[in-house]
Amino acid sequence: MVTFIIRRLIATVFLLIVVSMITFAIFFLIPRLAGQTSYQLATQYVGRNPTRAAVLQIEAKLHLNEPIYAQYGRFLRGLVFGEHYNSGTSTTYCPPPCFGYSFKSQQPVWPQMVSSLPVTASLAIGAAVLWLIGGVTIGVISALRRGTIFDRFSMGIALAGVSLPIFFTGLISLELFSYKWPIFPNVTFVPLTQNPLLWARNLVLPWVTLAFLYAALYARLTRAGMLETMSEDYIRTARAKGLQERTVIVRHGLRAALTPIITIFGMDLGALLGGAIITEHTFSLNGLGQFTVLAVENQDLPEILGVTMLAAFFIIIANLVVDILYAVVDPRVRH
Amino acid sequence: MLRRGRAGGGLEQQEAAAGVSVPGPGSSSMLEVRDLKIHFPTDDGLVKAVDGVSFSLDRGRTLGIVGESGSGKSVTSLGIMGLHHGSNADISGHIWLDGEDLVPASAARVRQLRGSKIAMIFQDPLSSLHPYYTVGYQIAEAYLIHNKVSKKAAKEHAVDMLGRVGIPNPQTRVDDYPHQFSGGMRQRAMIAMALSCDPELLIADEPTTALDVTVQAQILDLISSLQDEFGSAVIIITHDLGVVAELADDILVMYAGRMAEYGTAEDIFDRPGHPYAWGLLSSMPRLDRARTERLTPIPGTPPSLINVPKGCPFHPRCAYAANTNGRSQNEVPLLRPVGPGHEVACHLSTDEQRRIWAELLQTQLAPAASNGEDA
Repeated sequence: MVTFIIRRLIATVFLLIVVSMITFAIFFLIPRLAGQTSYQLATQYVGRNPTRAAVLQIEAKLHLNEPIYAQYGRFLRGLVFGEHYNSGTSTTYCPPPCFGYSFKSQQPVWPQMVSSLPVTASLAIGAAVLWLIGGVTIGVISALRRGTIFDRFSMGIALAGVSLPIFFTGLISLELFSYKWPIFPNVTFVPLTQNPLLWARNLVLPWVTLAFLYAALYARLTRAGMLETMSEDYIRTARAKGLQERTVIVRHGLRAALTPIITIFGMDLGALLGGAIITEHTFSLNGLGQFTVLAVENQDLPEILGVTMLAAFFIIIANLVVDILYAVVDPRVRH
Repeated sequence: MLRRGRAGGGLEQQEAAAGVSVPGPGSSSMLEVRDLKIHFPTDDGLVKAVDGVSFSLDRGRTLGIVGESGSGKSVTSLGIMGLHHGSNADISGHIWLDGEDLVPASAARVRQLRGSKIAMIFQDPLSSLHPYYTVGYQIAEAYLIHNKVSKKAAKEHAVDMLGRVGIPNPQTRVDDYPHQFSGGMRQRAMIAMALSCDPELLIADEPTTALDVTVQAQILDLISSLQDEFGSAVIIITHDLGVVAELADDILVMYAGRMAEYGTAEDIFDRPGHPYAWGLLSSMPRLDRARTERLTPIPGTPPSLINVPKGCPFHPRCAYAANTNGRSQNEVPLLRPVGPGHEVACHLSTDEQRRIWAELLQTQLAPAASNGEDA
């Protein structure tokens, strides 16, 4: 088990390096191959009508005139140790992990990303708890009462949940519960540490909106998984032992049915932590998703690079956690 | 071999069918099944999976239920286990276990008996064991529900049971998962689980079908020796006549959910009366037949249980259906005694059955030596 985790951790580091190479190549190598000079690249860092001297200064400061592999090495070193930028008269220090400077704000990318992280994390984790509990519960009940009104009704709602886009359900919920009946009037982010009650209250609408989509998916998945497991031979064995039906369902049925759900849950949560773009945009929450949208709009390469790396990091970590959980849950993976 | 108290099954069957109040089993047998019917209403029609099955069984004895796939043998056993509760099955008739009728009993009561007084071994031990729990846990789980003991004591009991079914190093193997066991060991573990509460009745549903041929005999020996040790009654369900020949005292041959023939093992192997039983025996490879002899299969396929043929359900496949003046085609044959404790559901007269069987012995089954125990 320990060697398994160590092996996976090493693989994780390699994966991250590969991801960084590919992203770096996309953003810095391909434009160069297409004929963009380092001078042109440097122009993007300065204002609208830059002087040639200012551009050259930036070019030297950010080492844009160096060969691409040297820049990549510098980028990797910056991630681990931070980077000193020397602009002749003064040096600026970009602490690790240094993803470089933003074109737009002339600030290191990392602190800006970090400041938007709590918003996304609050949104994603809160919604995840909701959809996991709601989706799995509804899925299990639907499976056990297959064909009943409950089953048909909840699967109908689930179909709607899967089909309706967030910008639709989100706006409807805002219209109803924020404007018409102002139960949750403000959807602005308040840090958890500052006021937990307000934090939760302000996030209820985005949570429910996001969770509705995923809960619908999870309810359907759980229902299908549960139906399959409950027809397994070992369920018949459990009944033949004389176990209570509840024990049969929870200990023997649900445990097996939940295993694939864990995988999907990990991946979904990992992906959302990299930015719940549509939800954040709909509710004007300044999380990583909004950060990404702005970075793309501004064609701010260092920011896009940073956000891509961070999102990849979350997904890879989620993958690792899922694999470890899988081994914990299923002994056949362990041995 | 002497018959035990299974008096005049035919008469009692009629009484039960006519709705005459039957206060209790007609005999002192531990298990008495009478006129058991298990029907499943489906969109395509009523599936009569089991249609009027009666038999009885005592402690220490073994009943073999033989038939093709879909003959209702597994449905019968699941019915005795009460595992059709909660499904849409329509169950009627009687299943008396120690005088208590399980058919009208509450689901909770049947659940209490399940695992403690009646236990079951299934066909495929790998899929029948939960992959996520240790073998020891799964055995202890059965013991814990029915006995007020600590978890530690239950685990010790599991180790003890694993040892008794012949698993080496039970102290360490108890913490293994099913996938770490070989096929034969898994079935041994299933047997340990089934016997952990010392049941009076053990139902083995094709216990050797999924196993290696070399392991099959070991498992059958194990069941037989544990039966002696625990004194349980055993119902063994199989399509393999070799298995029943080895273990069974009595044999029930089922066809399309109905009883075709019921008697002692000697009756069925030495003087079978039903053409279906003849077919089963002719299609069984035997060491005492010439090696060049080809096996004689039963033509056709088992009927759909929704559209059971009119008359005798076996008549479309029966070579002798023409000998009954059209009765086989139109009339459902009732089970009638042809010898002491030996009943056959066939329109052929007893004499004719004997004559044809004697002929078969001379032709298809020659040079079969039919002296008592068959190999």
